[in-house]
Amino acid sequence: MLAAGLSVLFMGLGQLYNKQYLKGLTFLLLELYLLIFWTVPFQWAMWGLTTLGETVQTRQGFEIIQGDHSIFLMIEGILFLISFLLFLWFYYLNIRDAYKVAAKAEKGIKPNNAKQMLKNIWDNGFPYILLTPSILFTAFLTILPLLFGVLIAFTNYSAPNHLPPKALVDWVGFDTFVQLFKMKTWSATFYGVFSWTVIWAVLATITTYFLGLVFAVLISQKGIKLKKFWRSIFILPWAIPQFVSILIFRNIFNGEFGPINKYLMDWGITDQAIHWLSDPILAKLTLVIVNMWFGFPFWMVLMSGVMTSVDKEIYEAAEVDGASSVQKFWKITMPLIMFSTAPLAIMSFANNFNNFNIIYLMTQGGPVNTDYSYAGSTDILISWIYKLTLDNSQFAVASVVSILIFIIIAIFSIYNFRKTRAFKEEDMMS
Amino acid sequence: MIGISLREKISKFFTYTILVITAIFVLYPVIWIITGSLNPGDSLFSTSLIPDSLSLKHYVYLFNETDYLNWYKNTLKIAFWNMILSTFLVVTAAYAFSRFRFPGRKQGLMTMLVLQMFPGFMGMIAIYMLLLQLNLLDNHWGLILVYAGGSIPFNAWLVKGYFDGMPRSLEEAAKIDGASNVKIFYKIMMPLSKPILVFVAVTNFIGPWMDFIFARLVLRSSEKKTLAIGLFEMVTGRGNSEFTTFAAGAVLVAVPITILFFIFQDQLTDGLKAGANKG
Repeated sequence: MLAAGLSVLFMGLGQLYNKQYLKGLTFLLLELYLLIFWTVPFQWAMWGLTTLGETVQTRQGFEIIQGDHSIFLMIEGILFLISFLLFLWFYYLNIRDAYKVAAKAEKGIKPNNAKQMLKNIWDNGFPYILLTPSILFTAFLTILPLLFGVLIAFTNYSAPNHLPPKALVDWVGFDTFVQLFKMKTWSATFYGVFSWTVIWAVLATITTYFLGLVFAVLISQKGIKLKKFWRSIFILPWAIPQFVSILIFRNIFNGEFGPINKYLMDWGITDQAIHWLSDPILAKLTLVIVNMWFGFPFWMVLMSGVMTSVDKEIYEAAEVDGASSVQKFWKITMPLIMFSTAPLAIMSFANNFNNFNIIYLMTQGGPVNTDYSYAGSTDILISWIYKLTLDNSQFAVASVVSILIFIIIAIFSIYNFRKTRAFKEEDMMS
Repeated sequence: MIGISLREKISKFFTYTILVITAIFVLYPVIWIITGSLNPGDSLFSTSLIPDSLSLKHYVYLFNETDYLNWYKNTLKIAFWNMILSTFLVVTAAYAFSRFRFPGRKQGLMTMLVLQMFPGFMGMIAIYMLLLQLNLLDNHWGLILVYAGGSIPFNAWLVKGYFDGMPRSLEEAAKIDGASNVKIFYKIMMPLSKPILVFVAVTNFIGPWMDFIFARLVLRSSEKKTLAIGLFEMVTGRGNSEFTTFAAGAVLVAVPITILFFIFQDQLTDGLKAGANKG
């Protein structure tokens, strides 16, 4: 008890009391070092994180006097906060360690000496050594940017009035959320883009899923020759790098010179070129059709796999009972396929929801929609965010929208995760 | 009897008709882009499916007059190093999560699960700022770091799931024989988990060929660009006059990646299936 109390007071004291001198001294020095050298920067960083800077950039004649850069202050603040939390965790471990060793000492177990301790670290610390590189990468390249991204949603970081280094950014709480839903210019765009995103994701998933099913069934029929040949051809759209084929389709559907228009005119079906990608409805239709081309091979391959793995005896038993081939298909094959592809279908919906490449590379969100702010008729949420951030510096709104996307995707993933084996297996989460 | 066989024949006829028509639709863009790249004309309009004469001049132009070769080298370099770095990070993390029980394991797994649900470029601005501070903007290593960092959560879960399915008896036997953790990993785990390692390596190699968002964010100057950006700008820039050059460039990208895909087809399908089941 006393040891733990001493460790609460100052890191390492408890260890010293437990006669673990090397460990105690290391802890003591670590805290001293942090206290002496890092207290002031830490206070400064926390000031930066809470106020996001107070001095505005000013001009004196031709000379620019730099003010505070809110965004740098914010990132720095997050970095310090993460390190501080790590330190707190370490501090907690230090207290627990002191308590445990003291408790053992009371029972008459001698505390480890320095040599034993190092050996212990190497043996039990191996997973931590393995994890260190990934933790560093994830912390700095994933967690830190994401935290920053989430925090931006609660600021007014956006063009034209709140862009550092010229101006300061302030915390605004949920104002941006309210704006997105209530302010006409934003809400009209948001609801419009959001509904198209949902329609798009549903259509894209359903069309590819069933087209894949149709071809898996067609090819697997008895008596169809060259099964492998057909499959290899139909797998091509999946094998070719997607960005290349999207760009090819962009040219095929070119509104003036595209080959589709040329054929249609040559064959006399239409008199003039059809502007596939500059009419809102047609552009959406084209996107769905092009997506079918990309998407069906994946399902076809998957479903063929399911069908070949079905136990032949089930079919034989059904035949004995006098089932027709149609019955066999609907009562045996279909349920099996549906059952084993359901989680993938849900994930595919989530992927289509965020399918940036096809939308942006095909139409760049176009054609222009005058009712929308910074979005075109075919923009989905993710490509709208891209435009908001990279082209228009509307960071706050972009961040709010991406939080909403996260919530939607998270609901699907968690539902999926709970449904599948992974969650139930004893060892997974224990 | 005759009725049945006639019905069968009709259904077969329809099946083959559908298959052939679909094959035409599937192959059309492929053939069109190949002949387009060999077409002597310059513009999209003059491109026809069956050209009158063939010419390699667009390929020559591509190599001599554009930065294409540079883009290709850049993409290869980024893809290669991303493959090495990502596979290393993913496998070490997955091994730790699968085979060791340590404080913080559960929290770590949960964190990774949540992280992969965020839209990838939500952290874009922060990554940009970070690379700016580290002086890694317009630098291939900056991009490689971003890719490798982003690949960890999803892939580590995937590989962990695979490791979980492998019997522990071999390792335990090796441990009794006094093999170290590192040795067990190299001699036993690695060879047994080859399929999933191939999946992770191949997907991380192919990833940079496809990515558009981060490449455009990080890389600025023309000689540093990757193929995805370079080709995109060829199509969108200057009224499509470079269409045939684009066609040649597209063919040269698509051929090796498609071959790679066919070689590793089985691993890719299995990996994707496993990925979905792990959420």
